[in-house]
Amino acid sequence: QEGSHRLPSSQCMVVLLGSTSVGKSSLAYRYVKNDFRDSLPTVGCSFFTQMLNLEVASIKFEIWDTAGQEKYHSVCHLYYRGAHAALLVYDITNKETFNRAKLWLRDLEKEFLPDEILIALVGNKTDLAGEREVATEEGEEFARTKGLLFMETSAKSSHQVNDTFMAIAQELLQREREEASHHGLLTADLEESRTGTRCC
Amino acid sequence: MAADVHKKKGWEVPNGSLAPGDGQHAERSESPTPGLAQGTEPGAGQEGAMFVHTRSYEDLTSPEDGAAAARSPEERRGEPAELTSMEQISKDFSELSTQLTGMALDLEEEMRQSKEGKLEPSPQTTRRDSVLSGKEEEDVTMDAWRMHRKHVFVLSEAGKPVYSRYGSEEALSSTMGVMMALVSFLEAEKNAIRSIHADGYKVVFVRRSPLVLVAVARTRQSEQEIAHELLYIYYQILSLLTWTQLNHIFQQKQNYDLRRLLAGSERITDNLLDLMAHDPSFLMGAVRCLPLAASVRDAVSTSLQQAKAKSLVFSILLSGNQLVSLVRKKDQFLHPIDLHLLFNLISSSSSFREGEAWTPICLPKFNSSGFFHAHISYLEQEMDLCLLLVSTDREDFFTVSDCKRRFQERLRRRGVQHALQEALRTPFYSVAQVGIPDLRHFIYKSKSSGLFTSPEIEAPYVQEEEKERLLGLYQYLHSRAHNSSRPLKNIYFTGPRENLLAWVRAVCSIWVSLSSLVLHGRAVGEWHNTGVAPSPCAVLLGVSLHPCAREGWAGIAVGAGELRHRGLCHVLL
Repeated sequence: QEGSHRLPSSQCMVVLLGSTSVGKSSLAYRYVKNDFRDSLPTVGCSFFTQMLNLEVASIKFEIWDTAGQEKYHSVCHLYYRGAHAALLVYDITNKETFNRAKLWLRDLEKEFLPDEILIALVGNKTDLAGEREVATEEGEEFARTKGLLFMETSAKSSHQVNDTFMAIAQELLQREREEASHHGLLTADLEESRTGTRCC
Repeated sequence: MAADVHKKKGWEVPNGSLAPGDGQHAERSESPTPGLAQGTEPGAGQEGAMFVHTRSYEDLTSPEDGAAAARSPEERRGEPAELTSMEQISKDFSELSTQLTGMALDLEEEMRQSKEGKLEPSPQTTRRDSVLSGKEEEDVTMDAWRMHRKHVFVLSEAGKPVYSRYGSEEALSSTMGVMMALVSFLEAEKNAIRSIHADGYKVVFVRRSPLVLVAVARTRQSEQEIAHELLYIYYQILSLLTWTQLNHIFQQKQNYDLRRLLAGSERITDNLLDLMAHDPSFLMGAVRCLPLAASVRDAVSTSLQQAKAKSLVFSILLSGNQLVSLVRKKDQFLHPIDLHLLFNLISSSSSFREGEAWTPICLPKFNSSGFFHAHISYLEQEMDLCLLLVSTDREDFFTVSDCKRRFQERLRRRGVQHALQEALRTPFYSVAQVGIPDLRHFIYKSKSSGLFTSPEIEAPYVQEEEKERLLGLYQYLHSRAHNSSRPLKNIYFTGPRENLLAWVRAVCSIWVSLSSLVLHGRAVGEWHNTGVAPSPCAVLLGVSLHPCAREGWAGIAVGAGELRHRGLCHVLL
């Protein structure tokens, strides 16, 4: 249980957070099914799994897609707990959603120690660049000051969606390696840690 | 397990009927009895207390800002106390056995924001803005808006709009203010408004503190039926929030804008109203069964039963709005209303088609103060077969998810998937299978099991308006049969386009539409002709009672046969 945050080797729990209608479900759907469709507001949470095979390891992403609606916020807290990574999603055409993402970050910071969870700030809907309200630099700058990964995506046009998850996987593996060498251990035996990493 | 639902002692009521009798107010019971008894729902007990609560018309209609400004001194003083009680709420919530998901944090935050003078994000911006909803907000000043056959409004006791079927709530705030004024005016006289009948319209009021529900209808429904639909809307709101939470919110802040919490869920309520306009389930207070061979259903039920977990209370398999199988924990009963709300939730969202959903849901007739957690998923992409697993533990996602896997595996091992797929291809049977000439359509309801069967609606009820007309006729019969001052057991109704027959007994009821060419004598004869038992109920279920009926009733027997599997048989004996 303790090690699950440090050794995201075979299973990696990712939670998608953000306001209503920023495209959390669409991002998950694009990544898992490589397809896009307009979706209705998510009810509660949805759970997806997706395997990612890298040279050094294969990672099973467990993706929690949460509802942006207020009444479900308290449920979302549940999925923070075991998460290895969080995607803070905002809509680049809606400044308010960017501000909400900052609030989500505050929540996460309350819940986790700084190196316990990998957080990525994701500005979605780059296909609607004409209506942009949040400049790329603004997102970038905020991510830099807070030490977050940053990415702008479009679930609709499939822009950088895979890259986002790939970056998360790489970063987690990197952290894991550092962690292991820091403790003077060999690189974690992925096969061995496969058992018992499930956190829920 | 499914079958013994109905053999339990708790289900046996002296008069043989499990539903409260017409017009009778049944004792409040923990077990979900089919049928909706007035006065047993949460909040009903408060009716006596509400009369002290009155407000001036100005308060109700004055704009939000003005009211806020006028009240601000008290509010400011009250705020610290409110916050502490908020904490108390959040503590209370976490102590609830069914694990409420509290709203306290969000409320607290909102109050902080309003103190800072920051504007709340308008719920309007997120409301029904989904591309798929395909609905533009209507202009409430247009004639088209006025032409809708039924309007439904929900407002808070402060006169704040909560929901409107058509048009934006904001544009309707003054209309809703007037509605609240009407309610309050009569309450001040220690009276309660129920309905207004004028010019072909019925305006029906249902008061469930802290909400007021109003319908403005031009349908043929009786006042009671419209009120019954409004209650469903009330339960729908409870299923999202719980009664406890709803009350806490309004105790803390009387002029709270509930649309904030309901944002994104309006389509669920919209869908419920659409369903009620087309589906006789709600009128019957029963659930429709998918026609299925008993052996297949047995296998499905057993598989469901075997895939159990400690926290699992109900396992439900459904297709469209038809029940395939329901397995419940011992001594736990699911009320048809709760089941309807679950069906509605599933049919109103396409998002369940992907992945596995895990959502808090309150089943108001079961327990209006807490949330269950529902695991919702479709068994296979292209199959319209949805599995609903209701758990008491919100932490149990993976356990419940594993139940699904186990269920699917057992289904495979029993080799019933193919048969199930076949059955899904023909989810309705034809009325012609029954073989009775001039029989156009019927509904057979078993009151004890809360289930009904009905053939596909065929000619002449092909067009949408004809279908609605048929349902309207059933509604008319139903309201006549269940008229509280003069209930009827047998009705033969000769209309210009069809003849209708209603046969209502304690254990079951039958509603039939026959061609208008059938003469009264023949129609009744048809039903009594069986000789052995002059009850259509027996005829329906005893295929071999009458030689002529052997072929004739086979179709209904198909439907009834599958009902029988659901524990209906004791009705016959």
